[in-house]
Amino acid sequence: MIDERFDAIVVGAGMAGNAAALTLAKRGMKVLQLERGEYAGSKNVQGAILYADMMEKLIPDFRDEAPLERHLVEQRFWMMDDRSHLGMQYRSEDFNEERPNRYTIIRAQFDKWFSSKVREAGATVLCETTVTELARDDRGRVIGVHTDRRDGEIHADVVVLAEGVNGLLGTRAGLRARPEPDKVALAVKEMHFLPRETIEARFNLEGDEGLVIEAAGTISRGMTGMGFIYANKECISLGIGCLVADFQRTGETPYGLLDHFKRHPSVAPLIAGSEVKEYSAHLIPEGGYKAIPQLYGEGWVVAGDAAQLNNAVHREGSNLAMTSGRIAAEAISQLKSRGDRMTAKNLSLYKKMLDDSFVIKDLKKYKDLPTLMHTNSQNFFLTYPQLLSRAMQNFVRVDGTPKAEKEKMTLKSFVKARSWTGLFGDAFRFARAWR
Amino acid sequence: MNAEPSVRVEDKLYYNRYLVDVGRPHVKVRAHTTPSPQLLALLKACPARCYELNDKGQVEVTVDGCIECGTCRVIGEPTGDIEWSYPRGGYGVLFKFG
Repeated sequence: MIDERFDAIVVGAGMAGNAAALTLAKRGMKVLQLERGEYAGSKNVQGAILYADMMEKLIPDFRDEAPLERHLVEQRFWMMDDRSHLGMQYRSEDFNEERPNRYTIIRAQFDKWFSSKVREAGATVLCETTVTELARDDRGRVIGVHTDRRDGEIHADVVVLAEGVNGLLGTRAGLRARPEPDKVALAVKEMHFLPRETIEARFNLEGDEGLVIEAAGTISRGMTGMGFIYANKECISLGIGCLVADFQRTGETPYGLLDHFKRHPSVAPLIAGSEVKEYSAHLIPEGGYKAIPQLYGEGWVVAGDAAQLNNAVHREGSNLAMTSGRIAAEAISQLKSRGDRMTAKNLSLYKKMLDDSFVIKDLKKYKDLPTLMHTNSQNFFLTYPQLLSRAMQNFVRVDGTPKAEKEKMTLKSFVKARSWTGLFGDAFRFARAWR
Repeated sequence: MNAEPSVRVEDKLYYNRYLVDVGRPHVKVRAHTTPSPQLLALLKACPARCYELNDKGQVEVTVDGCIECGTCRVIGEPTGDIEWSYPRGGYGVLFKFG
């Protein structure tokens, strides 16, 4: 079978790879998808939130059969110091809708299902197969792949690199650079199991309602990072991540941070008595727009995390992955149907289509934010959370101090920590990077 | 900096499923007499604590508990301190939840 020639080879069975393989197969192309895991999903790690809009564009009725956990009705943002959190909370009955907008999912289970749809669409999916090298002709054009399954090359008109944030093939072949330590975060996560009713009681949920907590502050010890808590049906996904460069610089340990986060007085009661059933880690692209590599070339395209397509501000990645995978496949099938060859010039259609989508538009909007957050991490993740917590406590604690004096104390603490120039500078820089 | 009681990473890894490719480690440390700052950083940065100092003060890697995040590749590959490949198809960590 493998001696056949394929229209396209898709490397990887994550969100980008599955979206690409499904779209290509649905459009009648002969697709081979290669995945190194035991099954599609067994190497994939995410928080995880699924964004329905992007999934509907691939499988409109996915809600009927996909393994979904809870639909989100509430979002909490916590700014934390060591003993407190200052929160913003949004909950709406509008999210209890017929076609909910966001769901928590468990990636290994979801991806296995997603992969079954890829097979149904007609793609050949080979798991337990590691692609070791790209096959190239004497002019350097990508013509297929080598795997660890057997000797020899498997040929295709085009290779879709959906090999994830830590993709080796593209970097080894010199198609893009290896991610740098200040452009990727390392996140560690645990799965905490509890009875369904306990989860619903602790988070004030009913039925399949779900909730997300995103947390930042002293939990990252001055490093650029965030914690998260997602409610699934019978377990809680809990994790924390920081830039690899920050771990390298500070000597903090990822499991030390995770443990500290779990023991925070605002977090500990939520997971009390739980049984942990898995510990995982994953890199997250954090470089934003400026870290996006060359997206296409002679006989290849790259999509998803491998292309650093992640919106660090909104914590969106899987939707950018599945959208870029789908758009790559649409561009390829357009070329194929016109009888055009898979040259770099023709495949630039993928980039053009992606530029017109929310994927690149969103990343462009926040292009300066990653650098700002990194170079000012002490201020944004340590100083301000502590100042705000003290200000809030000063505001609510009733102790006979006249209110005017309290306000003066709070203002003084801000000026003392950051100076007037610093305060205005931070506000200005943040606003400019956000806009 | 770490004032908290030490976390037992081995206990965490015990929750996970692995299929170890015996005798074929997918990460290798380049032979050295004195470890580079990058190699020393891996002692702390690796979330599975795969890197340890031996009694000669050299950094060694044991990949059995590796969760394949790639952090050590990002830190240690540019300097040539480590060599990182994927495990053979089907081997390595097998996430149940991911």
